[in-house]
Amino acid sequence: MSRMRPGWLIPASVIVALVLGLLPLPESWQPLRPYWLALVLAYWVIEAPERVGLGFAFVVGLVADLAFGSLLGEQAMRLVVMAFILQRFRARLRFFPMSQQSLAIGALLLNDRIVTAAIHTTLGMPTLPSMFWAAPLAGMLLWVPVFLLLDTLRLGHWRKS
Amino acid sequence: MPSYSGPTTPSRGGDVAGTLRLLAYLALALVLIVLDHRGGWLSQARSQAALLVQPLWMVAGWPGRMAQRLYDDAGTLSQLTAENNRLRNDLLVNSARIARLQTLAADNARLRGLLGAAERGNLDVQLAPILDVDLDPTRQRLVLDSGSNDGVRMGQSVIDAGGLVGQVIEVRPVHAVVLVLTDPSHAVPVAVARSGVRLVAHGDGRTDALRLPGIPLSADVQVGDRLVTSGLGGRFPAGFPVGEILAIAPDDSGAFLVGEVRPAAQLDRGRDVLLLRTVPAPPPELDAAPDGTGDGADGPADAGQAEAPDAGATAEDGAAP
Repeated sequence: MSRMRPGWLIPASVIVALVLGLLPLPESWQPLRPYWLALVLAYWVIEAPERVGLGFAFVVGLVADLAFGSLLGEQAMRLVVMAFILQRFRARLRFFPMSQQSLAIGALLLNDRIVTAAIHTTLGMPTLPSMFWAAPLAGMLLWVPVFLLLDTLRLGHWRKS
Repeated sequence: MPSYSGPTTPSRGGDVAGTLRLLAYLALALVLIVLDHRGGWLSQARSQAALLVQPLWMVAGWPGRMAQRLYDDAGTLSQLTAENNRLRNDLLVNSARIARLQTLAADNARLRGLLGAAERGNLDVQLAPILDVDLDPTRQRLVLDSGSNDGVRMGQSVIDAGGLVGQVIEVRPVHAVVLVLTDPSHAVPVAVARSGVRLVAHGDGRTDALRLPGIPLSADVQVGDRLVTSGLGGRFPAGFPVGEILAIAPDDSGAFLVGEVRPAAQLDRGRDVLLLRTVPAPPPELDAAPDGTGDGADGPADAGQAEAPDAGATAEDGAAP
């Protein structure tokens, strides 16, 4: 099994995730916008822990804050928290079947919403409407396709399992 | 990379180091958040760094533009004919209106000449398309597809066919960011068109509502009143529609009323907006204190509503002859 990993894949996937996050959605679909960046980052924390850690998550979060116009440091904090939890449970997560893995990712994304709400209420900023709590569901459903796509790109063939 | 398992039980030392690094990053993020929330020098640095994300916005804007082009191309003959008819009718009605307004404008100019008041500047605008990208949904911002290369400047007022949209807060070479007036950090001085009562309309974080806090119980404000910019503060020119009062209710203290306002502009998804070319001059410091600033309770009825922004100019012109 060739273990070659194209070096451009990590930055390219992050950029694609950023653009996907900016893409205009119809007003009624807005609450369902998945947190693409978190999905991509989760994949790399699980699969390439020696290259993607807390520092990478922090930097990516800062870039995302600039791109989305959110408070500088907000997404950095959210992504660092997520990367940390993933690092802790990485060994176990890797052996989960896909369905359980996406459940775990859903829980992580839900936690991410809680972190966001905490930051916003602390600063007295408006919180998201309640419909936006549905976004982790969308992210959960998208985990399997994202995982398989990135895996295929990384390994150059379909994973046999 | 280990093919099937990582280090299954990380050593205790690694655990502690990882936690420490987490805390360090969290502290750093917290410092950034607080600094950015307060504004200040970080926003300068931020606007520099934001140049980096310009290409991202450009790429993200393509689908919207493509969809628009497709829509334009795919218009059927009947659609186009219907649209053409509608536009023709609109044009006819608007030309008639303009013709009537021109006589009024001439009248107005003559009366102003008699009063020795300053001429109000003509409406000089610039069309700017909206770049179709979604930013953070808790903040109400728009990205314009034109920037300093097209002559967009900080602080320009942004309007559409309905009324005031917001103001330009960031300018980059090919993009500009507009703070929409429904953003929670935005406030615009308004006057009730009917009675001239002056108030301040705050953003509420929702696209369809503004908040009008601190209305005195005695003020002449009713549901259905239309609000226009009062021009106080010198940031927005006077007389642009802001919205219509939908509801008035007592606030928590019971000493004031709070109004809910529906914005006059179409803030969800317009295609183009207009930028006023005249950036308001900084307000005169001491020489011309605006009459009865602030409370707007019942005193200033219709006295200074429309002429407030001209207060400084009026004083100077009045002194000249």
